[in-house]
Amino acid sequence: MSAALQLLRREMAIAWGRGGGLMVTGGFFAGATLLLPLASGPEPERLAQIAPGAAWTVLALSALLGLERLFERDYEDGALDLMAHAALPLEFTCALKCLGHWLATGAPLALLAPLAAIALGASPALAPLLFACALAGGLAFAFTGGIGAALSLGARRGGLLTAVIVLPLFVPPVIFGGGALDAFTAGLPWRAGFALLGAYAAAAVALGPLAMAAACRNALS
Amino acid sequence: MTQALAFLYNPHRFMAFSAWAAPLLGALALALAAAGLWLGFTAPEDYQQGDTVRIMFIHVPAAWLGLFVYVCLGGASFLSLVFRQALADAAARAAAPIGAVFTALALATGSLWGKPMWGAWWVWDARLTSVLVLFLFYVAYMALRAALDDEAKGARAAAILALVGLVNVPVVHWSVEWWNTLHQGRTVFAAGGSRAATVFLIPLLLMSLSYMAAFGALWLVRIRGEVWRRRAAAAEARLAR
Repeated sequence: MSAALQLLRREMAIAWGRGGGLMVTGGFFAGATLLLPLASGPEPERLAQIAPGAAWTVLALSALLGLERLFERDYEDGALDLMAHAALPLEFTCALKCLGHWLATGAPLALLAPLAAIALGASPALAPLLFACALAGGLAFAFTGGIGAALSLGARRGGLLTAVIVLPLFVPPVIFGGGALDAFTAGLPWRAGFALLGAYAAAAVALGPLAMAAACRNALS
Repeated sequence: MTQALAFLYNPHRFMAFSAWAAPLLGALALALAAAGLWLGFTAPEDYQQGDTVRIMFIHVPAAWLGLFVYVCLGGASFLSLVFRQALADAAARAAAPIGAVFTALALATGSLWGKPMWGAWWVWDARLTSVLVLFLFYVAYMALRAALDDEAKGARAAAILALVGLVNVPVVHWSVEWWNTLHQGRTVFAAGGSRAATVFLIPLLLMSLSYMAAFGALWLVRIRGEVWRRRAAAAEARLAR
């Protein structure tokens, strides 16, 4: 157990430190949110309509950012080889890596997402749901994104390839979360969308590590 | 089923089988397409959709095939990943571009149908979106295969991705029930029997069978090409030594 905790701490330190972490993802998040009113005009009514969806989209895109740090460096300096032969199963290691990535970048972004939505003109009543959606969605993004990151190990231009692989996998959580936010804004029952988002996140946490470990073993073979 | 697969695993037997099966399926596809198109174009106009209903004979089978080919791709990937069958990997690699073309055809014809019917080339409804996602899965599969230099590693990474993408197939299939928006609900396989008229159903059925046969023929031809390519690469490697 202590090995697992050590590993989690290490992964969080990697995701957080050395030019990663909130500085970069948060900066990207703020910058992309800023572009929206600049591109579509600052009229409050129009912005308020798209505010929750815009914050949600930018959140999904920000989740792509740190993915290449997840496996690439460990693969290049041989640490991944050691992890594959360690006592901890590689599946568990991959799950811890994604969890650390989510704790260091996804969870702080979940705090920023309601701020961005409110700044764009969404109702503050939406903030708790957007926060919850961003937490669950971030977990789904981290664990599906890890699959793409592990699969593109050893490829040239791996970062771009990861995005191409991962974006289609992001579609269901984006739809479910967006549906829940939309329904909440319209005063309709929103629990179904949120429950589906949670189900997708749970499935990603359960099944993603299997694919990630298989992809890592393939890259190391 | 497993015996048929075991029979085809042997590349020599596969080559002997496909040498006559591929042209046969191709001829069958042409004959069925001729009959289906003839019946489709002589069918009366739909009272609501008018002439545009004929697009359905091209569109609906393409959408079905886009999905079906992905299931084939996933099945072949599973066989290549778990049982390390080289021929199954060749089949997966050969299926991807065919499926991408069927999916693109479904998207293009759907958009041509949507303009007169819905007044828009594209609407963001659930089914359209999921077919687009399916297309993106094909693109990701081919991009991943192309990006990895080591062919064996690329094959296995792509197979893992294909299995992950299979999760998407039920999403496509049941998205109509999930979101039930602009796109009309199920017609052909609706509960309580089909709601489509028989004059439209027969050409649709013929066209679907034609598409299936065409896919079979193209797939076999492409697998044969892949087998030849590998034999050539192996021969080249032997000569280089």
